Amino acid sequence: MTAASDAVAWVLLIPICAAAVLAALPGYRLTAALNVVASLGTFLAALSLFIIARPQPGQYLLVDDLNIVFIVLNTFVGFTTSVFSASYIAHEIETGRLTPGYLRFYHAMYQVMMFGMNLAFVSNNIGLMWVAVEIATLTTVLMVGIYRTHAALEAAWKYFILGSVGIALALFGTILVYMAARPVVGEGQDAMVWTVLIGRAATFDPALLNVAFIFLLFGYGTKVGLAPLHAWLPDAHAEGPTPISAVLSGLLLNVALYAVLRFKILLAANPEAISPGPLMVTMGLTSLLFAAFMLYRRRDIKRLFAYSSIEHMGIIVFAFGMGGPLANFAGLLHMVMHSLTKSGIFYAVGHIAQVKGTQQIANIRGLTETHPALGWGLAVGVVAIAGLPPLGIFMSEFLIVSSTFARQPLLAVLLVFGLLLAFGALMLRLTNVAFGEPRGSTAPADASYMPMFAHFALVLTAGIYLPGPLVVWFQHVANVLG
Amino acid sequence: MPNLAFDIAHLLAGGLVLISFMMLYQDRLYALLNIFALHALVLALSVAWQAYVQNAPHLYVTAVIALVFKAIIIPVALHRIIKQLGIHRDIETAVGIGPTMLAGMGLVALSMVLMLRVTGAADPLAREDLAFALSVVLLGLLVMVTRRNAVSQVVGFMSLENGLVLAATGAKGMPLVVEISVAFSILIAFIVIGVFLFRIRERFDTVDIGALDEFRGERR
Repeated sequence: MTAASDAVAWVLLIPICAAAVLAALPGYRLTAALNVVASLGTFLAALSLFIIARPQPGQYLLVDDLNIVFIVLNTFVGFTTSVFSASYIAHEIETGRLTPGYLRFYHAMYQVMMFGMNLAFVSNNIGLMWVAVEIATLTTVLMVGIYRTHAALEAAWKYFILGSVGIALALFGTILVYMAARPVVGEGQDAMVWTVLIGRAATFDPALLNVAFIFLLFGYGTKVGLAPLHAWLPDAHAEGPTPISAVLSGLLLNVALYAVLRFKILLAANPEAISPGPLMVTMGLTSLLFAAFMLYRRRDIKRLFAYSSIEHMGIIVFAFGMGGPLANFAGLLHMVMHSLTKSGIFYAVGHIAQVKGTQQIANIRGLTETHPALGWGLAVGVVAIAGLPPLGIFMSEFLIVSSTFARQPLLAVLLVFGLLLAFGALMLRLTNVAFGEPRGSTAPADASYMPMFAHFALVLTAGIYLPGPLVVWFQHVANVLG
Repeated sequence: MPNLAFDIAHLLAGGLVLISFMMLYQDRLYALLNIFALHALVLALSVAWQAYVQNAPHLYVTAVIALVFKAIIIPVALHRIIKQLGIHRDIETAVGIGPTMLAGMGLVALSMVLMLRVTGAADPLAREDLAFALSVVLLGLLVMVTRRNAVSQVVGFMSLENGLVLAATGAKGMPLVVEISVAFSILIAFIVIGVFLFRIRERFDTVDIGALDEFRGERR
């Protein structure tokens, strides 16, 4: 074992061992602290992958330029969310919404979910990747339903059924990819190993590959939350605990997106297969426009930001669908910025909903007066997510729009229309929630502001100045994406 | 002999599609469960036959899982859940039987045309298997969208999953088939336990998914 394969092993082992320990330990202060420590350890292990030499891709595991970005982002947000979660659940225990027994379950599931997501990123085997995505889905389903209210159970059930269908379609696509690879690569394990597939994709049967990609796009696309397969997403975000909403939006959608990207690269490597671009552009644009319209009628604050996630995933899929170095670069940047901003917003929203005792937008007013830190934090987050300068999302959206204008002006018009529409809706809601006559409880919030402001500081920094090495790295990954 | 091997595989896979059709017109939950048990039984036979023909002993594991878990344990468990929770035994359909059957035929035709066209290069056994498997998957989806009861949606999902196992075993030499079928069994067990633990009947007074919409936050 070299140091590098050790690091990969740690990324997987820490969460799974932590899950086993957390399931057994009583006492929420201890387990919450342990949850934070385990998440930090995973993050550090992931970070070390940057420094040490990569392991050789094996039958099952792989670290390359593409997935390292996802892993580091995933473990970082996983870590900050665990910090937020510690203060969030303390309040939930006080109000009695969660019992200690459920809390043990919650922490164990949190780590299993991190394990599933990390495994999906590092797997070099398309079958293993599918299993990992299924693990991550199952655990989030269980956590969405953890409050066991009518609404939470309904949300969990809907997520379960739609997620299962998506995952079933993705498996069919995976089988088809194997069928396409088998005549070329030969039977057995090799025909599912990513690094083998990509090397010989040019000689695969293009017709079979096309059909496979359609299934994979719709299957994993369900989990990305692309319209018209998004129906589970708003409910799951609104009814589960807020830390879960944060990881759903910030991380789990990325996992499914990563799977789609992997297969897009595979398809692009075959000259005779259809181009995956137009399909992705269409689905992305549909999601963006649909979500932008839906934003106007939201009355529940978590649902509002869930629709905003659909909107942004639409933008990201659109960017990757356009392809080319610039659009891919912008798509990657947008994905990172969206993960950071959206989870930051959910940290704020979680505390706001706890203080006010409601998620109804109509009952939340004048936050900047009663809770300045939360109110202004939310304001910064919404300004960022709406795409105003000088924050990071402005830059990535600007890049996407300008690169689209250069190639497909008509699509760019639609894109800008969708962006402005969403911008209007978000600003309208922000003025209601953050300013005006205070309404609802004014009790001081017992919140941890660190994770939220850390995220927003990163987004702001990225908007003003992107470090050179990072730009070079992203450009390189953008070229890999083709 | 190769022709006989092909014919039997063909017969069993075709039988699965036929049984999927039978699910479409059931209007009683118990009957639907019985049909599902039959579906799983035929799947087990089909997988066992593939294991024999391909000389792949690990596939027997998948066959045994299909037989024990899906043909016996799950239907029996669901029977008991229906009885204990006092779930309505009629199946409420969102679309009438006639249109559903027509849609089913359309889907089967679609999957035949699609799969047989794109798999021209593959060997005939795998081709036919894949075409039948896609039909079973699509019919399972159809059951899920045309039924309103939670239990019949679960049955629809399980028949869909049977189609996937058929496809995976038909793809000769595919690795991880056993692991995937185990993973799916766990998923299904979760669903069934979920139906029971969540006590959908007690929580919602009905397993009609349509009624659950009332609890959405948007309508408060």
